[in-house]
Amino acid sequence: MSASVVSNLFRRCPITGLNVHRDAENLVKVNAVVAIVALLVGAIAGLLLVLTRWQTVHLLSAVWYYRLLTAHGLNMLIFFIIFFEMAVLYFAGPIVLGSRVPTPKLGWLSWVLMVAGAVLVEVMVFSGRADVLFTSYPPLRAHPLYYFGIILFAVGALIVSFIFMASLVVAKREKTYEGSIPLVTFGGLTAAIIAIITLVHGAAIYIPTLAWSMDYMPMDAQIYRLIFWGLGHSSQQINMAAQVSIWYLLGGLTVGAVVVNEKISRTAFVLYIGFISMASAHHLLVDPGMGPAWKVWNTSYAMYLAVLASMIHGFTVPAGIETGQRLRGFVNGTFEWLRKAPWSDPGFSGLMLSLVIFGFIGGTTGVTIGTEQINILAHNTLRIPGHFHATVVGGTALAFMAVTYYLIPLIFRKKVALWKLAKIQPWLFGVGVTIFSMAMTFAGVFGVPRRHWDISFSQAIFKWEFPPATDLMLALTALGGVLMVAAVIIFVLSAVISVFFGETLDLANVRPGMAGVPQGLIKLPPQQYEGAAVEKVHKTGTPGTVVLVAVFLGVFVLYYYTNWKMLAIVWKVG
Amino acid sequence: MEELHSALVSPRHVWWKPAGKQEKVWVTVSFVWCMILFAMMPLWHIKGGQNPSGIRARVDPIAYHKRVEQFVADYKIGEESGMPIVAPPPGSHVYLLGRMWQWYPSLQLEEGKSYTLHLSSTDLNHGFNLQPFNINFQVVPGYDYGLRVTPNKAGDYRVICNEYCGIGHHLMIGKVLVTPAKTVAAPRQGEEG
Repeated sequence: MSASVVSNLFRRCPITGLNVHRDAENLVKVNAVVAIVALLVGAIAGLLLVLTRWQTVHLLSAVWYYRLLTAHGLNMLIFFIIFFEMAVLYFAGPIVLGSRVPTPKLGWLSWVLMVAGAVLVEVMVFSGRADVLFTSYPPLRAHPLYYFGIILFAVGALIVSFIFMASLVVAKREKTYEGSIPLVTFGGLTAAIIAIITLVHGAAIYIPTLAWSMDYMPMDAQIYRLIFWGLGHSSQQINMAAQVSIWYLLGGLTVGAVVVNEKISRTAFVLYIGFISMASAHHLLVDPGMGPAWKVWNTSYAMYLAVLASMIHGFTVPAGIETGQRLRGFVNGTFEWLRKAPWSDPGFSGLMLSLVIFGFIGGTTGVTIGTEQINILAHNTLRIPGHFHATVVGGTALAFMAVTYYLIPLIFRKKVALWKLAKIQPWLFGVGVTIFSMAMTFAGVFGVPRRHWDISFSQAIFKWEFPPATDLMLALTALGGVLMVAAVIIFVLSAVISVFFGETLDLANVRPGMAGVPQGLIKLPPQQYEGAAVEKVHKTGTPGTVVLVAVFLGVFVLYYYTNWKMLAIVWKVG
Repeated sequence: MEELHSALVSPRHVWWKPAGKQEKVWVTVSFVWCMILFAMMPLWHIKGGQNPSGIRARVDPIAYHKRVEQFVADYKIGEESGMPIVAPPPGSHVYLLGRMWQWYPSLQLEEGKSYTLHLSSTDLNHGFNLQPFNINFQVVPGYDYGLRVTPNKAGDYRVICNEYCGIGHHLMIGKVLVTPAKTVAAPRQGEEG
């Protein structure tokens, strides 16, 4: 290619020095914008749902409660998250490698397919032809076009996963980078591989279900549950791989975090790929279809090797941040690196809150309720959404929001609008989701069911009253939900105003103290360190991180032990 | 020369290097913890009293419905709110049917005695949730889940549905009464259903 062609197709980023392919950049933009629209729809539905579960308010009718619950699940877990992941893939592949999207037209086609599928699903749900909740367990039946919409969307996402892989091949062949792909791209590759595994499960279940919905074939209720969760749970592992990559990415951009050991971090990603789809079993632990050996082996991802992977990232991410901070001169004591971190940078605060909420709440509750026998206490209670809001919302969504504050200047080349509010947004969201998840978890301990319109049973043939503590917990759930939705609205407004009406940012001329530009972009921290400083930091190690992970393990052990004690007092069953 | 780089930088050289001491210790501790997590499950099968194993079989929903009606006819002792109350003898097979939107029938069991509680559905998925003890099982149409249960405390229990089963889902509530242990042996103890 001649130089002029190259300069038309690419621009050089003055901050990161990356050559940014214009098609890649545009595909990041359109996917991110649709993701944010879905986030807003899902958040409004979520607000109405918590105000219904709070029995004192009990806002929605039963019909609309279940309908919006369906819409909330699909918009958040599928549309918001996966559109955003498509943006992450275009960023982590072509842009980080300074390469190009090999097939831009296919990229646009896949986006059109995904949007068409999503719109079809929304129409079916909001017109009342798919009141089947996110899981659509047969024999519960939706309109065939609902399943068809999901299939269209999934085909689009599958194409993007392959485009990502093709972009790695092209970058290698065109030598846009030397050595191995960076860790961020490696994490993106992990997400893409898991996406393919997941979407194959999706095809294996939604295509027969579409045929069943048109009366062409029978559908076994248990086999549906098995294969559906090969999609439903594994898709959350796409999130996790993407979110962990973003942790590493934001660590580098915000404080010059390093990769303490490439071997360990990459091995942990490979463990995800190997064992993650076994997590389908988490949903089937108290099902009649499978035996104990199958349940024990699968729910533990073959002896907890995927949990091991998360515990590794839970160490290496903060250790990388600590090392980066120490290399930048914050060497005093155990925690100076943490105290003097840029906490008012939403990219950094979002990263740290995501890490803590995901690990301390999401991780510990997930492993515990995913234990075969303890699941007897948790299945289909509010403990389940309590857990997965800590992982998907407190972990993934918060990480995605945090990285958006860097994508707006880097990719959209705009200043972040509503900058003062944006700086507190991750805190508001983090506090909200923490209250929400913990309150739901406590309510679930009393057996309060999830997906239930009226736990006062006011019209049922037998009466039942939950302990008064559950009323308080549901009110707190609503409070957490309101805080979260307020934070989402700030985020959406900030993103939309920045992108469509924002002040254009000349990346070559950022100045200290400039509003709307995160501190990592005002002065990008070093991305490479050499020499005596490195040897010195190797001697110190990461004492602060050691303390943090020790506290984490203590919490984990205590929570796990308490649950076995709770199980031991109920009826004998076997 | 020693170098360190961020996750945005391509490693130029061989990156398969030995881990530092702290990483090694953490990976080892985590691995041991994972093995403990794994060992607890088989161990609880041997030592613990609460396992979701049960007797599991496919069942034709119509046949299951007939079996439940037979069970009701055999042991019915009364009715409440139009729902039959059934008092099976200790040790027997108990059949509970989840359907839109009721748990059929009401049960009367005896404290400290064991029963094989069968769960199935004739329409959609349902969720068995025993209150206030919070024991949960999935009820799947076409599958019979037979769980050996021993009520350890007398009381007035409820069964809530916690799997979404259509617009009347929140109306689906059943009743289990556990009577205090009798001192004399029940006359039909050990009978199979």
